[in-house]
Amino acid sequence: MKSTNNLVEKLETILATLPEERRHLILFLHRVQQEIGYVPEEALSRAADYFSVSPAEVYGLVTFYSAFRLKPGCRHQVTVCQGTACHVRGAPELTAEFSRLLGVRPGQDDPERDVALRTVNCLGCCALAPVVVVDGEYQGQVQTDRVPEIVKKLIGNK
Amino acid sequence: MNRARIRTVGELRSLRADLQAVPKPERLVSVSTASCGRASGALAVAEALAGEIRRRGLEKSVELRLTGCHGLCQLEPDLVIFPGKIFYPNLSPEKVPLLVEETLIHGRMVPELAFRESAGRKVLPTLNDLPFLKKQLRWLLDRHLTLDPDSLESYLEHGGFLALEKVLSGPSPEEVINLVLSSGLRGRGGAGFPTGLKWRLAREARSEEKYLICNGDEGDPGAYMDRGLLESNPFSIIEGMIIGGYAVGAARGFIYIRQEYPLAIERVKASLEKTRAVGLLGDNILGSGFSFDLELVRGAGAFVSGEETALIASIEGRRAFPRQRPPFPVVRGLWGRPTVINNVETWVNVPLIIQKGSGWFSGVGTAGSKGTKIFSLVGKVRSTGLVEVPFGLTLGEMIEEVGGGPEPGQKIKAVQTGGPSGGCLPASLFNLPLDYESLQAAGSIMGSGGMIVIDEATCLVDLVLYFLRFARDESCGQCAPCRLGTARLVRILEKITGGQGNPEDLDRLEKVSRTMQEASLCGLGRTAANPALSVLRYFRAELEKHVLDRECPAGVCRGLVSYRIDKDRCTACLLCLESCPAEAIAVAEDGYPRIDQNLCTRCGACLAACPPGISALKKLNRKEAESVEKSGEK
Repeated sequence: MKSTNNLVEKLETILATLPEERRHLILFLHRVQQEIGYVPEEALSRAADYFSVSPAEVYGLVTFYSAFRLKPGCRHQVTVCQGTACHVRGAPELTAEFSRLLGVRPGQDDPERDVALRTVNCLGCCALAPVVVVDGEYQGQVQTDRVPEIVKKLIGNK
Repeated sequence: MNRARIRTVGELRSLRADLQAVPKPERLVSVSTASCGRASGALAVAEALAGEIRRRGLEKSVELRLTGCHGLCQLEPDLVIFPGKIFYPNLSPEKVPLLVEETLIHGRMVPELAFRESAGRKVLPTLNDLPFLKKQLRWLLDRHLTLDPDSLESYLEHGGFLALEKVLSGPSPEEVINLVLSSGLRGRGGAGFPTGLKWRLAREARSEEKYLICNGDEGDPGAYMDRGLLESNPFSIIEGMIIGGYAVGAARGFIYIRQEYPLAIERVKASLEKTRAVGLLGDNILGSGFSFDLELVRGAGAFVSGEETALIASIEGRRAFPRQRPPFPVVRGLWGRPTVINNVETWVNVPLIIQKGSGWFSGVGTAGSKGTKIFSLVGKVRSTGLVEVPFGLTLGEMIEEVGGGPEPGQKIKAVQTGGPSGGCLPASLFNLPLDYESLQAAGSIMGSGGMIVIDEATCLVDLVLYFLRFARDESCGQCAPCRLGTARLVRILEKITGGQGNPEDLDRLEKVSRTMQEASLCGLGRTAANPALSVLRYFRAELEKHVLDRECPAGVCRGLVSYRIDKDRCTACLLCLESCPAEAIAVAEDGYPRIDQNLCTRCGACLAACPPGISALKKLNRKEAESVEKSGEK
């Protein structure tokens, strides 16, 4: 099982840079999320051992904080900001339109087309509301009529 | 650039003097490149500028500087050219050659590129001409115009670490605390606790170890003051905290930044390394015998982390659960030790107070609130952005003069301050001065500085529902009043916006809100019902309209509106039919499209699709729809 070995190796490399103090546990999870794209089960148990806490505690952290995911993500991601300024400038309609055209509900993945629709509480770019992040690129003042073009560019005509 | 360690105050002074003495190019072009600017394409403009400057051989006479946030978020990408502060808003790479030719080579302003309030109005060529800035007092924000946030040298050149130098070469920690106390500086995170007093309590606490924390977990949706500071002037936060460490007797501190701010995290991380490399962080700072170091902690996405005890738990590597206070963190904080936790903007004010004196600082503001405050002015006003004003400016001045009033054809009805913990204040209270006490007495809070302007096109009931959904989703779930209360309020409000409300619901809304206010564990839970309570207090008529008349005056609540096609205007172009996501529109026997009200989800896509000149689609509230039905159009 080469992939499992790879994973274990990756986890050990990350752990080797961190002291065993519990306060580094969240940083560990950040790095795992960043490198692997999600927090696999092996990471939970390995972290519990290393930082001397129960696996349930680690699981609690991963599910409490929105930065971490327990399943692999998608290659493409659309994030619609739900901040107050975005809300009053049409974020709900915008989210609905992305949801309709991508065929996924907010917070869901479409493994087939490899695209995920996400929402975020506030990106702090409120003067550009409503804001959408498409594969890491921030776009301001996005109106619903621009959604088809964004979606097309993102996933083609699949 | 690798700099040698700065070992003494003398070395720091001579380095600063050397930097300030370096001859400067004739012109400085400052491009606003914080997150907002980048989102609107500032980096492409900067790249075009760099290319054009090179092509025209202007490298010696013109310096291009990528600065933090100018605060004019809506006009970005923007740039300011010094001297003279010539200002060009909303740039694109195509405009760059003209600008370089005219302004950078011939020193002429380009009227076509300059700012106008609206087409046909007169040109406002310099930054100082902008009405947006007239009422502002930008002690903190003005530095963002010329400071290079990535450069320690730039910070030094701007008088950076002058305050630290002053503190480490004379006054005792007690004297520093007294100075901060007498300046009247209060916590900018929202609660408004006197900063000097907090420091004194921590100083007096008996403990081997004490800690400082900078709270950069700016979670309020609609607020980004701290992001602006973190991205634009990270060294001043570091300087403020070193001074705090000296005053309180702490050797370690933590800067906690929410993970949704990647650029802020990157900048602060780099700044910490640079400051450490020259020995301004670490052992024996400037030979004073005082040692202090800072660590960056990245949040992981939880609104509740902004509550101070929850933030402490998060640094400790636990779930961000708030705990009962007292004991306050200043008595028992991080790892049980006395901890001073201050907001980003509070820390940034510290070096300024030390440098300019407490009298200078307290000369601005109201009796109880001194200095300036940064707000993020957003929502339905003409000019939005980061705004810094003296305490005591009225809400009306802020909205009408700084914000430039309502958008064309609209009327402002309220302003929401303080985010999910704050309230909505009606236009009748716009003569209220902005300070901690006035807003609280009126049923809102100043909070960290979020200010969202709301006009008649925004439904307040829908907005309250928005905040409560937010609070419900972000409630940590430890205590019942908040966990169940927010869920209950959401259900009641959904019923009302869905057209199913009854008068008792309003009483229930109030009762649940009061219970949450009295019985929740932490500050966030206790204030989570504030949006609902403020609307009950000031906008009861709008609520009652939803409940008694089944009408949403703003036409926002989906359960209370419907869409109809006016056959007299319709040309049967069928754009509406194509736009409908619910397939609720079909061509009827007469050849015109018709909406099936049972399938319609009231998304409004058809309304947007109907060509403006035709306007056959109408949005009707419940009453209007009923009368149309009676008249037999159905």
